[in-house]
Amino acid sequence: MEKTKVLVGLASCGIAAGANKVFNKLLALQGADKLDIEIKKTGCIGMCYREPLVEIIDDTGSYLYGEIDEEKAVSIFDKHLKQGEPVKDYIVKSDFIETQDDAFWEGQVKIALRNCGIIDPENIDEYQEQGGYKALEKILKEKISQEQVIQTVLDSGIRGRGGGGFPTGLKWRFAFNYKSEQKYVICNADEGDPGAFMDRSLLEGDPHAVLEGLAIAGYAIGASEGVIYCRAEYPLAIKRLNIAIEQAREKGFLGKDVMGVKGFDFDLFVKEGAGAFVCGEETALIASIEGERGMPRKRPPFPAEAGLWAKPTNNNNVETYANVPYIFLNGPESYSKYGSEKSKGTKVFALTGKIKHGGSVEVPMGVSIRDIIFKLGGGIIDDKKFKAVQLGGPSGGCIPEYLADTEVDYDSVTATGAIMGSGGMVVMDETTCMVDIARFFLDFTVKESCGKCTFCRVGTKRMLEILEKITVGEGQDGDIEKLEELAYQIKDSSLCGLGQTAPNPVLTAIKYFRPEYEAHINDKKCPAKHCKKLLTYTISPENCTGCTVCAKNCPTNAIDGERKELHEIRQEDCIQCGMCYSKCKFDAVLLS
Amino acid sequence: MRVKRILQEKEVANQASVDLSLIDPLIEKYKSKKGSLIPILQGTQDIYGYLPAETFIKISELTGLKLSEMYGVATFYTQFRLNPVGKHIVKVCHGTACHVQNATAVSEALEDALSIKDGETTEDGLFTLESVACLGCCSLAPVMMIGDETYGKLSGKQAVKIVKEIKISESN
Repeated sequence: MEKTKVLVGLASCGIAAGANKVFNKLLALQGADKLDIEIKKTGCIGMCYREPLVEIIDDTGSYLYGEIDEEKAVSIFDKHLKQGEPVKDYIVKSDFIETQDDAFWEGQVKIALRNCGIIDPENIDEYQEQGGYKALEKILKEKISQEQVIQTVLDSGIRGRGGGGFPTGLKWRFAFNYKSEQKYVICNADEGDPGAFMDRSLLEGDPHAVLEGLAIAGYAIGASEGVIYCRAEYPLAIKRLNIAIEQAREKGFLGKDVMGVKGFDFDLFVKEGAGAFVCGEETALIASIEGERGMPRKRPPFPAEAGLWAKPTNNNNVETYANVPYIFLNGPESYSKYGSEKSKGTKVFALTGKIKHGGSVEVPMGVSIRDIIFKLGGGIIDDKKFKAVQLGGPSGGCIPEYLADTEVDYDSVTATGAIMGSGGMVVMDETTCMVDIARFFLDFTVKESCGKCTFCRVGTKRMLEILEKITVGEGQDGDIEKLEELAYQIKDSSLCGLGQTAPNPVLTAIKYFRPEYEAHINDKKCPAKHCKKLLTYTISPENCTGCTVCAKNCPTNAIDGERKELHEIRQEDCIQCGMCYSKCKFDAVLLS
Repeated sequence: MRVKRILQEKEVANQASVDLSLIDPLIEKYKSKKGSLIPILQGTQDIYGYLPAETFIKISELTGLKLSEMYGVATFYTQFRLNPVGKHIVKVCHGTACHVQNATAVSEALEDALSIKDGETTEDGLFTLESVACLGCCSLAPVMMIGDETYGKLSGKQAVKIVKEIKISESN
């Protein structure tokens, strides 16, 4: 009989939810009882909305427990681990019990995330038990040629998972074709899109898969050195990457004569980002690795010809590299059998916002957005009305409810005006104001524009000013047209992807939610009741107790009323600050 | 960071002197490596909590890096700080997921309670308030991070309570 295994999901979001306390509690309980079980940490299991998660695998099968705190940990330890009786109430997934969460897993295909939540990311042996480094071994030991490796990647149909969607095999071929004594491979782990955490999950949960993918890419293009550029905001990912690199070196998967194969040297280094969104753009990223301000450079020459230190360089995203070993182990057709005609394989999405089941999910390309949100995601919080979903972060756009049957593949999503992006999917409900969301993204790009191109630096600022005016009720006739004109100018006159795509959130918002913009500008109303300055505050006679709290806190003394009597807001003096609304304990202040 | 450049220059004059020998091993480690300006600055900030003006001059003298280049890089990246910060940095996440779950209310409540604006430090030197882009814990939105501890599913009131508790434990 195998030892019972207890896995605790210890990725960043698990830890934030308190998983470390649960992990330590379980260890303490085991120590006190001298129970012969194995308690280990693992990466992101994906079910973020049920964190902290604990999985117990005993001789009968697997049981995943959700929302476990120290108290519940004691209970599952006593009942399940000591007496062999699973605690049904806390189970969120099991082969034996149906739960309300089962829909979250239906339709998911785990390729990139194949080991996340299963192995201990800080233990190379566990990665190897899952077939890890076998793909690299096969290529090196069977002396598969560089051309053939590239052909296999092409055959799999995989396209850049960072959002661009450029065929990965083609990219490798370009870098391969340029002759140079020194070449580089780079892994872009500067996941800066607000609302996206797929790469973090992967790096924290299965760093070796990324390392192996990089080594294969290095072999294919003829590079001896690789750099993983990881944002500094992911300390745990950086820590686990460094542990993984050290272990891989010890085992000879990195370093001189990789796996004893003469002539193939390959080593990897982690470079910490320093907080600049634009460094997700490949030429800016290269400038940053070289120690400069992360400003994009003109292309051509493309990095495949002259990239890092002006040498041929291949640059892919974390998720792309993580897929590579799978493709070689199982054959390109095992990958290309998933997906739609032009977008093969699977894609990881970070499902967040006003959604019941937030987390990371991996689905075959071609699934509809509606299925992701309503089947896997369980629908909208409080069953409010689904309004739109934001894809692609500050470079992407909002897809409205009536287009939710759009399939997720590069071309269908691009046709809506949004972009596939790296996989952030932020769900919005009827209370989300689309003018405010556009303003939010513009505010982000204004701060993150590197300042090199005038239109991006100044134009986005002007757009932001117009949007700010609209949200406070100072919008004028013609503002929408002005926004559109600026948007196209910025798109046409910016050097890099940041500027070229920065107006997308505004353009899609205008395209699909024009009446909402017009309501702000013409009627000075915010239909989502979000923009404070456009709201009218009144006091409900039913709920008001006359406690005087609102009147005391009103900064303009616009509220009249005697103690224990109904209060009233003088609209001519109200500045819509919302103070009365936030101070009232009886929900008596109404918004309209 | 970029927008606050002028303000920072003015305040640099008030900095207390620091022990410059602390960065010797760091400079030694990176001196001969090309493209190591960013790791040097990151290491320096790890030591002092910010980038003291004096360290720029010392690094420049020992590595041959130009002061203008160093200043350019230090002001480009949001991670670098040119002024001392509070003992606890309160990072309020303003990623998309946190924004739609009303992270603004969290920031406003904290600004109110600490009587400082975003990016400022309290007079007692205990707290620095910082709005940050995504912390990557989107499913727990809205989120804030103090030190290594992340707090999720916050309201303005809860955030203020957490900060006040830290303040009380500091005064004991």
